[in-house]
Amino acid sequence: MAELKVNGQTVSVDAEENTPLLWVLREHLGLTGAKYGCGIAQCGTCTIHIDGQPVRSCTYPVGALSGEEEITTIEGLSEDGSHPVQQAWVELDIPQCGYCQPGMIMAVAGLLNNTPDPTDEDIDAQVTNICRCGTLARVRKGIHLAKTKKA
Amino acid sequence: MADTIKLSRRNFIIGTGAAGLTIGILASCSNNSEDSSEADQAANAEPNPEVNAWVHIAPDDTVTIRIARSEMGQGTLTGLAQLVADELDCDWDKVTTEYPTPGENLARDRVWRDFSTGGSRGIRGSVDYVREGGAVARAMLIQAAANQWEVPVGECSVEKGVITHGPSGNTLRYGEVAEAASALTPPTGVQVKDPSEWKIIGQPVKRLDTADKVTGAQKYGADLQMDGMLNAAIRQAPKRGGTLASFDAAAVMSMPGVRKVVQVDDTAVAVVAERWWQAKTALDALPVEWTDGEGADYSSAAFETELENALTADDASVANMSGEVDAAFANAARTVEATYRVPHQNHACMEPMNATAVWTEDKCEVWCPTQNGEAALGAASEAAGLPIEQCDVYKLLLGGGFGRRGMSDYVTQVVKIAKEMPGTPIKLLWSREEDMQHGFYHPTTRARCEGALDADGNLTAIKIRIAGQSILAGLMPQALQNGMDPFAFQGLLPSGLDERVEDQTLKYTFPALKFDHAMRNPPVRPGFWRGVNANQNAIYLECFMDELARAAGKDPLEFRLAYMGDAQELAAVLRAAAEKSGWGNDDGKSRGLCAFYSFGAYTAACAEVTVDDAGQLKIHRIVAATDPGYAVNPQQVDAQVAGSFVYGLSAALFEEITFENGEVQEKNFDTYNSMRLRDMPEVETIVMPSGGFWGGVGEPTIAVAAPAVLNAIYSATGKRIRNLPIKDQSLRDA
Repeated sequence: MAELKVNGQTVSVDAEENTPLLWVLREHLGLTGAKYGCGIAQCGTCTIHIDGQPVRSCTYPVGALSGEEEITTIEGLSEDGSHPVQQAWVELDIPQCGYCQPGMIMAVAGLLNNTPDPTDEDIDAQVTNICRCGTLARVRKGIHLAKTKKA
Repeated sequence: MADTIKLSRRNFIIGTGAAGLTIGILASCSNNSEDSSEADQAANAEPNPEVNAWVHIAPDDTVTIRIARSEMGQGTLTGLAQLVADELDCDWDKVTTEYPTPGENLARDRVWRDFSTGGSRGIRGSVDYVREGGAVARAMLIQAAANQWEVPVGECSVEKGVITHGPSGNTLRYGEVAEAASALTPPTGVQVKDPSEWKIIGQPVKRLDTADKVTGAQKYGADLQMDGMLNAAIRQAPKRGGTLASFDAAAVMSMPGVRKVVQVDDTAVAVVAERWWQAKTALDALPVEWTDGEGADYSSAAFETELENALTADDASVANMSGEVDAAFANAARTVEATYRVPHQNHACMEPMNATAVWTEDKCEVWCPTQNGEAALGAASEAAGLPIEQCDVYKLLLGGGFGRRGMSDYVTQVVKIAKEMPGTPIKLLWSREEDMQHGFYHPTTRARCEGALDADGNLTAIKIRIAGQSILAGLMPQALQNGMDPFAFQGLLPSGLDERVEDQTLKYTFPALKFDHAMRNPPVRPGFWRGVNANQNAIYLECFMDELARAAGKDPLEFRLAYMGDAQELAAVLRAAAEKSGWGNDDGKSRGLCAFYSFGAYTAACAEVTVDDAGQLKIHRIVAATDPGYAVNPQQVDAQVAGSFVYGLSAALFEEITFENGEVQEKNFDTYNSMRLRDMPEVETIVMPSGGFWGGVGEPTIAVAAPAVLNAIYSATGKRIRNLPIKDQSLRDA
């Protein structure tokens, strides 16, 4: 039984230590916003935050957590969908199928935590998620819009 | 859990313009099969009269538009709702949508017609009858109001869902007359609007399905949870044609959460566990032996040789031939020849294949993302061993489709697993490795192109021999025409050959031409992959046109335009893209053009690239123009056109599926890469609907992506890249 802090709440989960955090979130806690896309930290659909830093949860074993870390999923990014990145995503109508977007939004929110005014080069280096529908052109516009918004 | 479970039959509300109305799709379960589900009860408490099959209107004026086609990101849900809502003259802000089920469609004599969503037909294939559906509902609502007022219909008008009786000034809202309207006999002969009268069609309204997609609240098939549900992970024979020889279930039965190990047909084995991660972990540990079948020695390298030989083989089907080809070549001042190649590609939808099913002796229900609800229903019925009337499929929003989810293999699998555990909901989710290894792949093809030029550099004849797999031969051989696959010639066909492909004809007028196809079918399942055969055919035709123009010493823009005399729409999109990009500018960027007609739409692109001394490619910008006839939602057309460069250029840059000893070598995104932001050019779109026809949007632009970039690379380097993907190739001669 491990204790975790997820979206501001302390929860206990009974999972094998090597279970990826993604599957603990999805299957033990019912937080299905973070998606499974590849299982090898390539595509980024599973991106969540640990202490504000974007992490690909599909390869992060739950046993590696101490319980002190603040884990944030897309469900906890804002109470009402008002995070600047979410606002920008709605304003520009970015999602297509939407499956990759929780991970994309968390990756972008993490970028803005570290680099509030990112250049295109910062974006290229730090947001490496895959979107197969092809929202990437709007995603870049969305990042530049999000950095102008307040929560 | 009782043996009989009733899962919510209420249709899922899948998108809404009225904020906050979207409800979750988690099915409610009841242990009593006679009980209505919670959702059904909720529906009964809030009457939502059906005016006709397309339109329900609640007393609070909420308009629920029923959508038969599948939403997979392409925006068809919103576009179809716009078509109905415009004819209905309702308040767009009160529109929500839901899917009828394929079972309902069958029970109601297919009132919603075709559920299949492919070929960029979602809008253009249903535009007439869904608009008529909206117009008929409008007429019934006005009639109901006129009846209540006892006035002639002709004295009534409607705006945004409010009916006004002109002489008296009385008003009634749609929500007040919907129930009375639902009792009326639908009128016949109702006319739809002239395009000049459209108010919602043609507007860049926001998508109806965005809100939940930015909060994580949107539930996809992979996210479904039901009471008592178990999870299944599957492993299929890794080699083409392989079968399951044996597995040792006892070796994993004591692993955490494992409930059952199930053989699925003779080709796969699945582990069922309480949680999917437990199922996957046990499956990875499961000892499995496979038996080789036909295809066990199939390798891409050997097949490439077969395709190379097919470029000059005698057995080929001619789809398009005109003029004096041989004479033109005999009299040519100069001939040009080039061979191109495109590899196998996988759809790699972000959401891996999945489906959820409950099977009992008298019923089978399936929840799944599918591009073809009725085919999924048929697959469920067959796998369940139950009459189709005792089965149904509840469609979910797709986490990508691209043609892959037109197939129902994963539906068949989940039903067969669920049949082993009656009454228990089973969710089957493929791993990414299964998705990569068991796709329905975009065929590998190659083409030998030959052109004849006269002394003035005019093109006098062109020949294209395509060699490769036929998708129709693999998936629907009954659709072949005397052994020929007309669809293999997408964008190269003569008009009048076959009405099913009349939207895929060649728009150039050449003095003489011969296009043929030598069919070579490897033991690999082919599939319809967004853009399908237009993708490589555009490379073959449009890269070769570029080569011909250069050989003729002519400007590639002018050279193309010279043969577009009968296709001014194609010339217009090409000119627009070239002009906006600054074709001919000397600004340090190298440019490449492409224009193509497919899926009934005219598309063109101008790519702007640089290639540095080390051969590093940078695609700076793409200007893309499209004329789909009508643009129901221009900002969603823009999204599809821009998105086409992600899918099309990911393929051009990175994607290749190879086989060795019958087995796919690229098993995940580490070796089957997809474009990231750093690779993505700026895309400027020009949406220029010229009216008078309905063309596709989701696919046609894919075709122009690769050729425009390949032609721009040549402009930059003087070196032709004729083999995809571009990765690992030197773009500059050493």
